[in-house]
Amino acid sequence: MAQKKNHRTSSDDPEELTRTVLQAVLLADSFAQKFRPITLERPKVLLPLVNAPMIEYTLAWLESVGVEEVFVFCCAHSQQVKSYLENSQWTKQPGAFSVTTIESHDAISAGDALRVIYTHGIIRGDFILISGDTVSNMSLAKALSEHKDRRKKDPLAIMTMVIKHSKPSALTHQTRLGNDEIIMAIDPGTKELLYYEDKVDLSQHLISLDKMLLADKSALSLHNDKQDCYIDICSPEVLSLFTDNFDYQHLRRHFVKGLLIDDIMGYKIFTHEIQSSYAARVDNFRSYDTISKDILQRWTYPFVPDVQYLGNGLQIKLDREGIYKAPEVVQSRSAHIDSFTVLGNATTVGDNAVIYNSVIGQGCTIGHNVTIEGSYIWDNVKIEDGCKLSHALVCDGVHLRAGVVLEPGVILSFKVEVGQQIVVPAYSKVSLLPQPSKQDSDEELEYADANTGIIESPSIATMMNAQKVDFPRGTSDADRSGTSEFYVSGAGYIWSSCEGGNEDEWRHSIAPIPADKLSESLLNAFADVDAPDQDTSCIPASGELLPDSASTVGDGEDYRDSADFEKEVEATFQRALAGVDLENVILEINSLRLSYHMSHADCAGALFHSIMKAALVPSYSSKNDLYANAVKEIIKWRDLLKHYLKTLDEEIEVILKFEEISVETAREFSPLVSNILSCLYDKEILSEEAILSWAQEKEGADESDKIFTKQSEQFIKWLREASEEEDEDKD
Amino acid sequence: MDFQVVVMAGGYSKNLAPLVSQEMPKPLLPVANRPVLSYVLELLEASNLKDLIVVVEGEDVALRVGGWISGAYVDRLHVEVAAVPEEVGTAGALRAVAHHLTAKDILIVSGDLVSDVPPGAVAATHRRLDAAVTALLCITPVSGPSESVSSVGKDKGRKLPRANIVGLDHTRQYLLHVAAGAEVGKDIKIQKSILQANGQMEIRADLMDAHMYAFQRKILQEVLDQKEMFHSIKHDVFPYLVRTQLRSEISDKGAPKNGLNGVDYTLNGSEPASEILTNRTHKCCAYIANKSKYCSRLNSVQAFCDINRDVVGEAGHLSGYSFSAQNNIVHPSAELGSKTTVGPQCMLDEGSKLGDKCSVKRSVIGRHCRIGSNVKIFNSVVMNHVTIEDGCFIQGSVICNNAQLQERVVLKDCQVGAGYVLTVGSEYKSEPLSKK
Repeated sequence: MAQKKNHRTSSDDPEELTRTVLQAVLLADSFAQKFRPITLERPKVLLPLVNAPMIEYTLAWLESVGVEEVFVFCCAHSQQVKSYLENSQWTKQPGAFSVTTIESHDAISAGDALRVIYTHGIIRGDFILISGDTVSNMSLAKALSEHKDRRKKDPLAIMTMVIKHSKPSALTHQTRLGNDEIIMAIDPGTKELLYYEDKVDLSQHLISLDKMLLADKSALSLHNDKQDCYIDICSPEVLSLFTDNFDYQHLRRHFVKGLLIDDIMGYKIFTHEIQSSYAARVDNFRSYDTISKDILQRWTYPFVPDVQYLGNGLQIKLDREGIYKAPEVVQSRSAHIDSFTVLGNATTVGDNAVIYNSVIGQGCTIGHNVTIEGSYIWDNVKIEDGCKLSHALVCDGVHLRAGVVLEPGVILSFKVEVGQQIVVPAYSKVSLLPQPSKQDSDEELEYADANTGIIESPSIATMMNAQKVDFPRGTSDADRSGTSEFYVSGAGYIWSSCEGGNEDEWRHSIAPIPADKLSESLLNAFADVDAPDQDTSCIPASGELLPDSASTVGDGEDYRDSADFEKEVEATFQRALAGVDLENVILEINSLRLSYHMSHADCAGALFHSIMKAALVPSYSSKNDLYANAVKEIIKWRDLLKHYLKTLDEEIEVILKFEEISVETAREFSPLVSNILSCLYDKEILSEEAILSWAQEKEGADESDKIFTKQSEQFIKWLREASEEEDEDKD
Repeated sequence: MDFQVVVMAGGYSKNLAPLVSQEMPKPLLPVANRPVLSYVLELLEASNLKDLIVVVEGEDVALRVGGWISGAYVDRLHVEVAAVPEEVGTAGALRAVAHHLTAKDILIVSGDLVSDVPPGAVAATHRRLDAAVTALLCITPVSGPSESVSSVGKDKGRKLPRANIVGLDHTRQYLLHVAAGAEVGKDIKIQKSILQANGQMEIRADLMDAHMYAFQRKILQEVLDQKEMFHSIKHDVFPYLVRTQLRSEISDKGAPKNGLNGVDYTLNGSEPASEILTNRTHKCCAYIANKSKYCSRLNSVQAFCDINRDVVGEAGHLSGYSFSAQNNIVHPSAELGSKTTVGPQCMLDEGSKLGDKCSVKRSVIGRHCRIGSNVKIFNSVVMNHVTIEDGCFIQGSVICNNAQLQERVVLKDCQVGAGYVLTVGSEYKSEPLSKK
């Protein structure tokens, strides 16, 4: 009886319901082009990672953490993904783990994908959002229960992000996975994410955090040493948020940042840091290399080649020093296989071949005297005698003729052929498909053409015939389409680098970062550090120090705008000096004010600045001369200035501006501040109220901020007395 | 221990008007009827720091403070009192006494610090970490300041700002970021290079810079010499050192390449680059006082009231007096009329007389005060030789020496300057009252 009751209450509780079926959304499209040209022919999630398609790792992990229902969202090459899954163990095997594919062809971003999933209405509770190129062995139980507990207490906590410690290199500003460094601010107590910046602008020396972040908490920790694992535990609200904000495209750049900035809805994102377990996403070629090595070195246990027979189900044996061998490997006696190498099924290795730190797929033929170092060779590759490969990625069906040398960072896409004795230069990408004509690759929505790859693929055969006998026309990227044809008796186009330009090729390549790049960025790093030095010497005396010269940059748009505005006003004023009619000057300044979104007070300030600058132009030998100059200019432009001094605020702004310029730009005035103030008062430009309220405002300020109030103490005192007398007179 | 101590005692602080007067400069303001400066001096003495330079603003302040110190500490401390002009700032004051400084490290303490954090611990941290500068940071309750402002008015219409925003490394030993003064209210701007070098930074808003710094003398003097614009230690010199910790300019001149303050770091072994890899850095450290320690600076009227209350209350061990069974301090010579009660956390000093049916709660009353009957004094500080006539009601106020309150005066959150006379039956609320 009691048992029955228990059962009923638990099923009535919505939380309980969702726990019974844990769902996951797996994005089988990265919506990026980092793996081009390979991804023109095969979707990224099906690319082999240590001889098993990436999606296998993700699905196996999802199954291991107790996910029961996975929705695989496919977009580019959706047919390939679908047919792969249909033939895989995941759909065949009976049991609680079900894999369903959702297809959409017009999704161009993760945001679109989630909107499509929302319209399907299949997500019933908390779900795991993951991309199909993630390798992990973390246990989700703790993160999941944390997430649920938080949700119970605070329904606004809609997402938990998994992060991991990983300190980016100080020189290249990227992690070992080749990702850009991320700056995150996290509440140390609740682990709430407060700030997220994944596109760190290296030219800025300062990170600016909103002061409101600390408004109701006493501490936050700022991290530069965390890596985003791109495993998110989301509540169903996440999907509806994507639907509500149809402009959200990127999961991090739009969604996460959007939530963090938006304080109306108050949604919160939390982080879960994993300590010893593994989680990483294959985002680019460098992370492909890093994660492959991690798998070989068994950081991802149990997802290693000899334990989980991912994909093909073949028994792989692990020898000493991390050498993995599939059955039916034919290996010459004189071949030397060194540490951390995988030899796939039915691969033959010729005499005196040297292979280390590499992954060789199935059915490959490796000739005599071949050296392979740090490379990834997929299935059915033919490598003839005497080839040298270092840090290259070679896809299925590639044929390297004798004596080919692949320099570090080379990518050879499917079925490329390379003729004898050719040296493929470093970082080349070769494909049978021509490079799509250039688009502005910086566009967020660039991946729109991920589909076009499918359309082009049928033309491979014709292309091959056309190119097979072509002589190399040089590997320069001179021709307009950005591609050039390839090789004696070879087939393929060399792609010019499409993303980021050639200079950044090394960042995301499989090859280790070359030493000269390291020392170069080292030089830059130090130049960066040294640059702000120059200006620190002229720190103003006020208590409000500029942290260093860079802070002027750090102020961002606003600052630049107001500086521009000031310049413009000054230019206008110069024209006035040259004799332009006063009316026109006022007209011009007014239009400037509107176009820069400035207030009257700003105009007054800028104008006053210009006037004082004009006073500095004539030569002066003493303070008195300068004072005389200033008075002359002030009288001359009194009417113009008066035009902008309609209210008290504007007058105060002028005084503050005056203070600012006498501290910063025109220190010549600093001994004269008091005199000029009284002159401005005499000429009825400034009212006594303005001066008095300025003095009052400054009363509470820091000592160092009070230089000028001190200086003009007498004057202010006189004003005060005068006004009191006046008051008394009135009484 | 080769440490020289400079105590910045101040002069006639404007923030403390009308409490300070010609006779009563800031260092001599009473906290539980002892000059505030004595708390620092005894704290230093307890850490065996006996070689002190007390810097005050103005010659006449120097005379007064010097007179008091020589009387009170004649055979205990070696104190030199130096006068500097007003408004030179703490940095200017240090420049003025620079020729006296000879020790390897200098400890700079504000004279208005009331605390039981041992300066020796700060000095030891400084030495242990081989820091260029070490600052004492105290934990402040986050909501604390704003609450007390509302309870006792007179706040000049603005909320007490956050004391400081500091960035610490994960061991909480090194200071990576400091925002003081006007910067505190703005967006937090962190230097990226320092974050990148450390990987993570804890940004805290609940730590107060207590104005106790240990500096390496050479570094301090170089900064003072090079940066003539620097006015304040707290706002200029100290943030500057923290800011430039990765690219130390100091000691580039003159000092040999492996100078005491620059640590040469070689980032990695690669030979061609090692030339440029040498980078000068200096360490900025923090000593974070234990939460149980008391630490407060007497730099505002509000702080004056709070500290007085705390020293006879929660932080009673600081006062040096022994409390009675009623948890208060009543001098044997004080006279209490019938039905007069002196509550806990109160102090009543030598020769003061209270009439009948008085009630004193959480207040400090100085020497030789004459207090009539039916007087209520709550949460207030009454200094010496004050006359309070019958039926007065005083709450949250400070009454300075020789003031006179005639019958039935009602004061709430007021400050009465020295020698000021309040006429019969007057009522004031949240006002400073003093002679012109």
